[in-house]
Amino acid sequence: MLRQHQIRDDKDFSGCSIFGMINLEGKKVDGAPIIKAIANMKERSNGLGGGFAAYGIYPELSDLYAFHMMFDDERARVETEEFMCASFYMEKAEIIPTRPHRGVSDPPLLWRYFLLPREELLDGEAEDDFVVRAVMHINERIEGAFVFSSGKNMGVFKGVGYPEDIARFFLLDEYEAYTWVGHGRFPTNTQGWWGGAHPFNILDWSVVHNGEISSYGINVRYLEMYGYKCTLHTDTEVIAYAVDLLVRRHRLSIEDMSKVLAAPLWEEIDRMPPEERKIHTALRQTYSSLLMNGPFSIIISNNYQMIGLTDRIRLRPLVAGTRGNMVYISSEEAPMHLVDDSIEHTWIPQGGVPIVAELKKKKIVEEPPEMELLREEALP
Amino acid sequence: MKIDLEKKGDPRVFARINDKARIDASNLHYRELNAMVKEAASEGVKTMEIHNVFGQRYIGSGVRQPVHIDIYGVPGNDLGAFMDGPTIITHRNAQDGVGNTMNSGTIVVNGRAGDIVAMGMRGGQIFIRESVGYRAAIHMKEYFKHKPVLIIGGTTQDFLGEYMAGGVVVVLGLTKGEKEVKHQARHIGTGMHGGAIYLRGEVDDRNLGKGVSKVPLDEKDRDVLRDCVEGYVSYFGGDADEILSSHFTKLAALSHRPYGGLYAY
Amino acid sequence: MKSYLLPEFIIERNDYRCIRCEVCVRQCAFEVHRYDEEEDEVFADESKCVGCLRCVTLCPTNALVVRENPTRIPQNYNWTMDYLMDAYKQAETGGVLLTGMGCDRGYPIYWDHIVLDASQVTNPSIDPLREPMELRTYLGAKPDQLEIKSHKGKASLETRLTPQLKLETPILFSAISYGAISYNTCESLARAAHELGTYYNTGEGGLHKNLYKYGKNTICQVASGRFGVHADYLEVAAALEIKIGQGAKPGIGGHLPGEKVTAEISRTRMIPKGTDALSPAPHHDIYSIEDLAQLIYALKEATHWEKPVSVKIAAVHNSAAIASGIVRAGADIVALDGIRGGTGAAPTRIRDNVGIPIELALASVDTRLREEGIRNRASIVIAGGIRNSGDVIKAIALGADAVYLGTAALVAMGCHVCQKCYTGKCNWGIATQDPYLSKRLNPDIGTRRLVNMINGWSHEIKEMLGGMGINAIESLRGNRLRLRGVGLNQKELDILGIRHAGE
Repeated sequence: MLRQHQIRDDKDFSGCSIFGMINLEGKKVDGAPIIKAIANMKERSNGLGGGFAAYGIYPELSDLYAFHMMFDDERARVETEEFMCASFYMEKAEIIPTRPHRGVSDPPLLWRYFLLPREELLDGEAEDDFVVRAVMHINERIEGAFVFSSGKNMGVFKGVGYPEDIARFFLLDEYEAYTWVGHGRFPTNTQGWWGGAHPFNILDWSVVHNGEISSYGINVRYLEMYGYKCTLHTDTEVIAYAVDLLVRRHRLSIEDMSKVLAAPLWEEIDRMPPEERKIHTALRQTYSSLLMNGPFSIIISNNYQMIGLTDRIRLRPLVAGTRGNMVYISSEEAPMHLVDDSIEHTWIPQGGVPIVAELKKKKIVEEPPEMELLREEALP
Repeated sequence: MKIDLEKKGDPRVFARINDKARIDASNLHYRELNAMVKEAASEGVKTMEIHNVFGQRYIGSGVRQPVHIDIYGVPGNDLGAFMDGPTIITHRNAQDGVGNTMNSGTIVVNGRAGDIVAMGMRGGQIFIRESVGYRAAIHMKEYFKHKPVLIIGGTTQDFLGEYMAGGVVVVLGLTKGEKEVKHQARHIGTGMHGGAIYLRGEVDDRNLGKGVSKVPLDEKDRDVLRDCVEGYVSYFGGDADEILSSHFTKLAALSHRPYGGLYAY
Repeated sequence: MKSYLLPEFIIERNDYRCIRCEVCVRQCAFEVHRYDEEEDEVFADESKCVGCLRCVTLCPTNALVVRENPTRIPQNYNWTMDYLMDAYKQAETGGVLLTGMGCDRGYPIYWDHIVLDASQVTNPSIDPLREPMELRTYLGAKPDQLEIKSHKGKASLETRLTPQLKLETPILFSAISYGAISYNTCESLARAAHELGTYYNTGEGGLHKNLYKYGKNTICQVASGRFGVHADYLEVAAALEIKIGQGAKPGIGGHLPGEKVTAEISRTRMIPKGTDALSPAPHHDIYSIEDLAQLIYALKEATHWEKPVSVKIAAVHNSAAIASGIVRAGADIVALDGIRGGTGAAPTRIRDNVGIPIELALASVDTRLREEGIRNRASIVIAGGIRNSGDVIKAIALGADAVYLGTAALVAMGCHVCQKCYTGKCNWGIATQDPYLSKRLNPDIGTRRLVNMINGWSHEIKEMLGGMGINAIESLRGNRLRLRGVGLNQKELDILGIRHAGE
């Protein structure tokens, strides 16, 4: 069913609502606030997709890759598990707990696995690269199986339905996370399918997205040269892979990555001081095929960061707000106030300039660690 | 979600004394809220207070009576879209699309507004205490007696006055706290072919779109500015004379037909 | 021997309108028109007419009509008039048929079977008149990844990019040699490229000294004849191009007859006046791919690794594999010239029967380089049959970085595609070395016409990009999802990598 549902259009496009919240101290909250926030933007979605990413939810298994899986049938599960056992140590396998909920129908089989690559197979390859290849293999080669989350100590929960219904279906009120990102979807075709909901994830990178990427065709062809298989036909998947390539593999900073996805105009580059001009010219020359052209606002998250970004001429909305150690990013302003009525400061970011909220220590220990405040330059 | 357009009967939601009404919008869908506002206006309510507003859209749309609406909370997109007459005061920030294609009336935002404020606005007045997002006054236009006015206390982001065909935009740049402001928005007035933008302070030529130029202010401009600034001060406080004593830059279109020479034949 | 050739064209003169001004007489280098003073009448020898329409265009009273000769042998799908006439011509002379310009046969023109996308609702179209719209293009090898180091908050670029050509619009002027065209035509191309922020290509005939000042906008070609190739020529160029083949005559060389080797051309090509200038079919130092690599690196070494090197090939059956080899041999740009590419002179049968349409070659080369993961390593520039901005934008969406214009540039300057360039009698003053004819093209006006046309096309490209919701040309490059085929079979669609309209 997963494969059958793969869209026969060039790609699947949708309008959407996005919302993200991070506690810079790593303090965890349950899913209630984000459910409230995303439900407040119901007008922006149409019940054909909703989803969440939650960070810090598997503290006791935080060293293992948590694979969240959708299967069409038992055969796909057996085949996937055979592949997993051949490539990974499997610490734990279980059905993802759900409760039946009105408004959520026809779920696929939902399983999660806690995995570690077999050392003898790594042969010098980085663990993360090995995991990416495994994800690509399952998604491309195993009929009816789809990895929808593959990071450590985090998980994506998504499906067809309004986001608040999906949240209840997955019992998200029972999980605690320091970063929550949510998405409500408004696909323009009627074939809403579970894998097509946001967030899209690879390793601990998750992306939620509002808008449509007009450059999708070339973005995909470029990523294919680097081994990414864009099996889902959505521009959001492409953003997730682009971020993985640029930041994890090519080690660009978040700012430089933003300048690839939302490149400054040539006339602005031409006015920069020499060294900066050199860098930005090279970035645009080298990564021109990864410019995300067209309207988008996105929230990109990983285990220690939450990043908001819009296209370079800001054709989709994004607002941000802070109070104390909380940073919010949202499609609309009202839900931030709804979640936190004493929110202190809200602002609209400049197109193409990222809002970066990050924890000081990359690895969250369960003791509240010391955190760094939001980077100043994003604040007006 | 089930829409119940009869909630006005619930005294916890809607209360009326003479020509005043009070609405509690928490848990109201925008259709429920707006139906209530329209009905109250047609029944002779003159002033309304709407509390606990969180993102409900289109407030004030479709109301033809000159009612006064106070909004407590953050109204949703398209506040006062196609509005024709009412006065809306919001006591917090507003979202995108304030005064979209508005024809007459007044909107006052005690805070900041989002993108495309006053898009296609043809008449009435909008006062924003702080700054606004992208593409403010896009395709604002005027027609005979209809002359829209947008006054922004703070600054704007890029593409201010794009396609602007008429009306007046004033950007005061007061929120930065500086005496003289340098406006940073890019592509200001790109495609502008009518109306006027007044910026308190300066702006670099490179921030201006094609087809726009700085022109000196004359006495008539000073009068327009005085009206605008006095209006702003009447809502948000401040010293009109002091503001008016600053340097202002006027931007106007070079031509009413900027693309006359575009085509081969 | 009595010639059996019939005139290709019929000239009709409206005697009522004709004022006997003799413009037609003076304008026609083929000596078609003749004024008879005694009879006070203008006569025409239609057998000499090439259909260039110079006389029609310049006739002040619009008294002339030139149309195809309607005389036909009995209807015959196999023996058309042109095949018949060609046979007579060869029977009468025993020679090889010669022609100019690009293939005029009815092979499918894929541009005309491809349509573009536009945004509706889910994605806003962008208005190029007011919103930023970027056509800037850089040609040259791109690294697979960038390394940027940050030291004490100061970022610095660790990766060194190889030289790039900066184009303000993704259009260049194709290689046309001085010799094939007049000096004034060369000057017009050079000045237009300069004004437009793009490049023209010298072709294989060297570079006239007076045009060295446009070096920053000049791509200097190195072909098998190596005419005019010397240190200054290499130094002054913005980029160098090794010409392996040409779309109009793949697999064969060139020949500039000695009568065209005037004093100026002799100086520019560095060969004695009046001698034939022969371009061998192959480069005699390139008999295999590793030899090509040797020449590429020789040119890079000679120019201190400061200039991109392009390799131009004719589009042939296995272009994809050849292009892959060229990229691996170190070329920064691969130039592909399709079967409809023009020429100053080529044997008709070669021009019309050898090579493949550029659309298919481009699609297969771009796909192949991506499959091999080396598409970053070189830019693709295509030539051969680009007629308007619609063709340009479709080429870019199929995967080209930029396009070369040859015929279209000449058309901008007045060429009427009569295909008689090889005669040297171009009435439009373009493909000629006759000073009486070549002064007809004023370089000021030639430059203006070229700049106007490219500006118009660039604007149209922006409009089409905006319609697709794209504001930088790079986001369309290789973005084949924005194309659809109309009336193409599955094989053609597969090669082009596009879907059929409606899908």
